[in-house]
Amino acid sequence: MLIFELSSEGRSATAQFEEAVPVTDIPSAHLRSESPGLPEVSELQVVRHFTNLSKKNFSIDGQFYPLGSCTMKYNPRGAHRAASLPGFLNRHPLAPEQNSQGFLACMYELQEYLKDVTGMQAVSLTPMAGAQGEFAGVAMIRAYHEHRKDTDRTEILIPSAAHGTNPATAVMCGYKVREVGVTRDGDVDIDELKSAVGPQTAGLMMTNPSTCGVFERRIQEIAKVVHDVGGLLYYDGANLNAILGKVKPGDMGFDVLHMNLHKTFATPHGGGGPGSGPVGVGEKLMPFVPTPVVGKDGDDYRWIDQSELPLSIGHLSAFMGNAGILLRAYAYARLLGNQGMHRVGEYATLNANYMAKQLTQAGFRLAYPERRATHEFIVTLADEARDLGVTAMDFAKRLLDYGFHAPTTYFPLLVPECLLIEPTETETREEIDGFVEAMVEILNEARETPDLLKQAPHTMPVKRLDDVKAARDLDLTYSPEFLDNN
Amino acid sequence: MPFVPHTVDDERFMLESIEVSSIESLFDEIPPDLRNGQLKETPAGISEMTMLRLMSERAAQDDVALSFLGAGAYEHHIPSAVWDITARGEFLTAYTPYQAEASQGTLQLIYEFQTMMSRLTALDVANASVYDGATALAEAILMAVRANKKSKSKRILCAGTIHPRYLAVCRSIVSNQQIEIEVIPYAEEIGTLGSTVLASYEDKDFAGLVVPYPNFFGGLEDIDHLTDWAHQEGMLVIGVANPMALALLKAPGDWGEDGADIAVGEAQPLGIPVASGGPYLGYMCCRKSIVRQMPGRIIGRTVDLDGKEGFALTLQAREQHIRRAKATSNICTNQGLLVTAASIYLSLLGDRGLAAVASRSHNNITSLIGKVSSIPGVTVRFAGPVFHEVVFQVPTTAGDVLQKMSAEGVLGGYDLGQIDPELSDCVLTNTTETKTEADLQRFAVVLEQVLKEC
Repeated sequence: MLIFELSSEGRSATAQFEEAVPVTDIPSAHLRSESPGLPEVSELQVVRHFTNLSKKNFSIDGQFYPLGSCTMKYNPRGAHRAASLPGFLNRHPLAPEQNSQGFLACMYELQEYLKDVTGMQAVSLTPMAGAQGEFAGVAMIRAYHEHRKDTDRTEILIPSAAHGTNPATAVMCGYKVREVGVTRDGDVDIDELKSAVGPQTAGLMMTNPSTCGVFERRIQEIAKVVHDVGGLLYYDGANLNAILGKVKPGDMGFDVLHMNLHKTFATPHGGGGPGSGPVGVGEKLMPFVPTPVVGKDGDDYRWIDQSELPLSIGHLSAFMGNAGILLRAYAYARLLGNQGMHRVGEYATLNANYMAKQLTQAGFRLAYPERRATHEFIVTLADEARDLGVTAMDFAKRLLDYGFHAPTTYFPLLVPECLLIEPTETETREEIDGFVEAMVEILNEARETPDLLKQAPHTMPVKRLDDVKAARDLDLTYSPEFLDNN
Repeated sequence: MPFVPHTVDDERFMLESIEVSSIESLFDEIPPDLRNGQLKETPAGISEMTMLRLMSERAAQDDVALSFLGAGAYEHHIPSAVWDITARGEFLTAYTPYQAEASQGTLQLIYEFQTMMSRLTALDVANASVYDGATALAEAILMAVRANKKSKSKRILCAGTIHPRYLAVCRSIVSNQQIEIEVIPYAEEIGTLGSTVLASYEDKDFAGLVVPYPNFFGGLEDIDHLTDWAHQEGMLVIGVANPMALALLKAPGDWGEDGADIAVGEAQPLGIPVASGGPYLGYMCCRKSIVRQMPGRIIGRTVDLDGKEGFALTLQAREQHIRRAKATSNICTNQGLLVTAASIYLSLLGDRGLAAVASRSHNNITSLIGKVSSIPGVTVRFAGPVFHEVVFQVPTTAGDVLQKMSAEGVLGGYDLGQIDPELSDCVLTNTTETKTEADLQRFAVVLEQVLKEC
């Protein structure tokens, strides 16, 4: 039932507003002639409708959610509560600095912690998601080259296993994309990289550990190859959780990076955002960071804007990004402290390697069996697809019936029939064992009753959806006629 | 250790199973000289109790009793149910709804949001949100350049009354693709474009025209005329509208003869606290004919194997995870949680509630103008109707006045001298329905008192 189908003319949640007053001083040419047609429902109807909708979701709070490259770890309620304190919620973004010292103190300290964990020289908190952080990073690379009048650099190099936002970002920044292959054991193909770099190279974007779930062992050599031709190295922080408190991207030779606080710093994903993608830079790119950043003079915190950073790539949001998410990340960093952060990378890695081992022993094939898993790993179901006719998608859908959210499917694109699995450090051994048992059961079903997988899921609010129809008979807004036509 | 559940026995058992002696061995593929991630600036961990005590003290430091600040972020009453429901773990801690069968809650909710936004703007379709109002405009500009089949131009025309920060953000984002934004200066007497200046922009081949509504100064542009003019010139029209205002004011889809082609804006006024500027919610709506040029997630209604109604991500061939370098945008994450809050807000308020809030916000600014006009030396800077925000001209520097007002516990508005030295004696002041008669009176009393001291 849609909220519009609950609507009844003349009904409303009357506690939520005081009656309209006549508007007499706006010319009629500016007035709306017809009411928009929002739902007319009672407060209880609204509460019940959206509560019931929420129950149709899988979530970290409800289910194990081992979605690879998404770091679905526990999102502490305390951090949510801290960011929801009235003083923070009521602070207007343009409030004067003297009325903002509490908020600015948190932001300043967060910048310091993020510099510490990444080994970077400066941090700007303003990008509102990973993809915007990527944009900021590549825009800074561009600004750096242009400032040096080094304007013939037209290409960004990207390993073929990269997340789709990388090439899309490079294009948004006006660059051409050149892909670099990955070897059979998951590392960047250095020979191909060497032949790809040149005076046209603006930089290389990469994730380490990579989306293949392995650590790029020759990262120092890669950095040298790119730096030797005058290019810069961009670190996509999607997988920072794997090395948090263990290895710093700055030490690997990266010049610029973004972090996904909604992954590594446990801020909630919210059903698809908000994210938060602060950027960190080394010495070379410090003049170009997006504004504003927070500075400190004595005991006073203040905004640093373009008047002091004239080479900045500028503002990326109307105010300063997803402030409430930054407050949650700050609270999380305080709860963990330095010891806690060291353990993030360690136990995320322990869980992934344990889970990979259990699945291998149960008969599943890893995409990179010779390699250590990082915080995630890839299982390929190519054998099952060939021998039993069941796909990675079938396994994913059947897992839902067992009460587990599916891992990431069909990514990275270069591994056939793959599941990218990331348990995170906040899961217990028992939960992981339960997932492995479910996988074993599903493998048995695939042998004995494959239709059970092909028709899965069976226990969700809906069965598999007709995506082709969704794209062909576009229905993007509600009208009552829809079901009559089906 | 916070949030790591492993007991000593668990750890031993797991290491034995992997056949390694220590967790450190699991990092043995990483060159040893890189494995020195020592943290020097990060303090020791603290308990939730201590953290909340610290943050409560800091939050309390920033609490101000009475704020008339607007300028793109507006303090409306937020019904208790909005965030009680939004903060349910099932909404808060779900990921992007890639597994549609296990995400029908979020998917149906976004579909309902798309419907509400398209009805508010009187346009055919909406997407599932982008980051904020400013980036929504940047995406709309990129979209207009792609979608305008009549023009190959990479130039966009923009009213000079756009929020200056929106303009700055758009330039940061689109300039790398060699897209230029040319600004039409506003008429200084009225704080809107007026109609006389347009002739000099005719036959210049722009891909689109950006029209803010209300504009940055709270005023109302001549939307019908601008829309028709831009269409005659072969441009697409991008309306940047405050969705709260649209309860009262003409929807972009109804502007002029044919309506605006794209409407975008900041949906923060719909149930989202001002909260230091984010997370907010950029909305995007457009005509169905150009939906394939729209960036971001879009949800469609379809059926499952049994023919039962269901909801799924659709038109994914526009997006970066499929199209990579050829995508319409690099956007991936959007503002799902804020979509949840806005959808609950709009459902609770309905047509009647939203119109009531908009009308009361408007009448409060009218009432405040009346009170302030009797203060010697204070005038309304621009003639013409406003929605819920107005520019007051004061007989001295706006910054001084505002600072003295803030010492009295009143944030009187935004100092326009920060964006234009010509306006350094001007304050942009907002009222919403949250202001009582006593609040408005207090503003006037404090302003008058402060001016006597200046």
